[in-house]
Amino acid sequence: MAVDIGLDVGRAVEPDRVHRSVYSDPGIFELEMERIFNKVWTYVGHESQVPKAGDYWAVQIGRQPMVMVRHADRSVRVLYNRCPHRGAMLYGDRCGNVGKGIICSYHSWQFDTDGSCKAIPLDKGYQGTRLTPGDDNTNIKTAARVESYRGFVFASLAASGPSLVDWLGPARVAFDDMCDRAPEGEVEVVPTCFRVIQQSNWKIFLENQLDALHPAVTHESTGRAAGEVEEEINRKGGHAPLSYHFLSAFATPITKWDAFQTLGYPNGHCILAGYMGLRPRDPDTLAYEKVMEKAYGKRRMEEILGVNIHHVLLYPGLSVQSPLQQLRAVRPLGVDKTLTEIWHFRLKGAPEAIYRRALGYYNLVNSPSTMVNADDLWNFWKCHKGLESEGGDWVSFHRNAGQDHETSEVTTSVIGTSEQPMRNQFKAWTQYMNGAH
Amino acid sequence: MARKARTVRKSAVRKGAARKAAPRKSMAATAKDAAKASNGHDRPGAHDTLREVEQLLFRQAECLDGKRWQDFIELFTPDGTYWMPAAPEQTTGDGVPSIFWEDRDLMTVRLKRLTHPRAWSQRTAWGTNHVIGNVTIEKEDARSGDLVVRSRFHMMEFRNDTTRHFAGSYVHHLKRTRDGHRIRLQRVDMVNAQGPYEYVLQAWV
Repeated sequence: MAVDIGLDVGRAVEPDRVHRSVYSDPGIFELEMERIFNKVWTYVGHESQVPKAGDYWAVQIGRQPMVMVRHADRSVRVLYNRCPHRGAMLYGDRCGNVGKGIICSYHSWQFDTDGSCKAIPLDKGYQGTRLTPGDDNTNIKTAARVESYRGFVFASLAASGPSLVDWLGPARVAFDDMCDRAPEGEVEVVPTCFRVIQQSNWKIFLENQLDALHPAVTHESTGRAAGEVEEEINRKGGHAPLSYHFLSAFATPITKWDAFQTLGYPNGHCILAGYMGLRPRDPDTLAYEKVMEKAYGKRRMEEILGVNIHHVLLYPGLSVQSPLQQLRAVRPLGVDKTLTEIWHFRLKGAPEAIYRRALGYYNLVNSPSTMVNADDLWNFWKCHKGLESEGGDWVSFHRNAGQDHETSEVTTSVIGTSEQPMRNQFKAWTQYMNGAH
Repeated sequence: MARKARTVRKSAVRKGAARKAAPRKSMAATAKDAAKASNGHDRPGAHDTLREVEQLLFRQAECLDGKRWQDFIELFTPDGTYWMPAAPEQTTGDGVPSIFWEDRDLMTVRLKRLTHPRAWSQRTAWGTNHVIGNVTIEKEDARSGDLVVRSRFHMMEFRNDTTRHFAGSYVHHLKRTRDGHRIRLQRVDMVNAQGPYEYVLQAWV
């Protein structure tokens, strides 16, 4: 007898299993939009995307089309992409500069980049009406809260809730690890955004990010293919670029992934700790270490380069690969459709070779011609289809359940292939869906 | 002997006529130059070169649609590169993000992946159909025989019960070798390269 939980999210999540309808029920998806995405901090973009006053980028928060824009006072503002007059989106393109101000293409209402209305044409037409030019309802609505951490801008549509830093908690290491690796302590965006749509629920992608059990299975073909060519290049006396290692590492036998570790933090954030092999003794790395040592001193440099992170997941919308300066922002488009926006950053002050090394990963793993995510996306689609079926009610997260080491601040998995990160994500999901911030 | 003299005479007559009608000649030369710049079709042997180049492009499309990956790779010179820029204004793939930026080694990784028995996403039936047109020789190096060739393509892909359509331009930088022309650099600018990708590109376009 199939278990139908309807929209009763209280029955959806058990400590070691989750009901399939949290992935496939459009009604639950709408509740997620309202209770999760309209409240949490959503990654909007990096400050270096909008260097000059008036620069803007369009972005989606939950269901809302928004614009991140640089104001004249240098602050970054996040506005609803909607004219208060008749509701037209103010920008239909993805990015640009507002020029002399934000001007609606429909009736020429004009706004400053903080959203305030500067001019309404022929405004005497409003005399004696309930609309008074200068009133707040003639201004563009702004995101309730905007904060940034080390140049990464987040916005929340809810007026109250934890500050960005408190919400990130220890998972803010995602940005510390990325920025600290720059001799100048900050990164700047590489102005290319790859966009790839997954035919699956957003949570399937997030669960995959820290799933150390899947690479050896899903990515065996690519791992082996790269390993064979890597060997051939080296056999002929050449030096295969580190990109080959990035790919061949996916074929690491399944048993070895147990040596990794996962950490679960409050609000569903998690870390997969695993060495990425980024400190080979080649001339490029040695030159980089020299610059780092000059900037930070030897002890601090060792501390920074010794940080052991593979991925950081900032639940529910961001997957950060800090040692390679890349991130994927998750934009759910529908219950079975998810957009990922994929960005790369440059370490300020680091030698060009270090940027190029990470660029190899961006091109091979994160571009639309990815030889890695091709098989992930195929799995995600198959998962989603399977979860729409009535062949079973539950999704299993039993692996090493009941064995996690828990303190108030962090949950640690016993082994790398534990399903602890998924359990941690659903702990946060339950809290949000029950109305907590 | 007599025949030769006649030829010389004829040619002298033409030269004389040309001198008298100088403006006409210059107009003709301008039109000729324009034709040369636009497609180079009127040079002696140009039609043969164009035909040869077209055959190469069609052969390449057949390699892709026939999934003859090794044959595809072998159309490139040993130092050849297949490049799909991330943005149309890019002038090189070196040091900037690209959708594809592959030398023959990386192409071989792609080939080995595509043909691996556990490349899971290859399990679903899929196929492509390329049509190449508007083939134009943009540059020809008279000494080396190297060419720059521009063309347009339409590619329909059917995969996992879904149809996708990609279109754009190719620029082939061709090197003349003893076995005909081979590709030193192929630039692929898809008109829909900047849009969101429903799924990814597993093979070259």
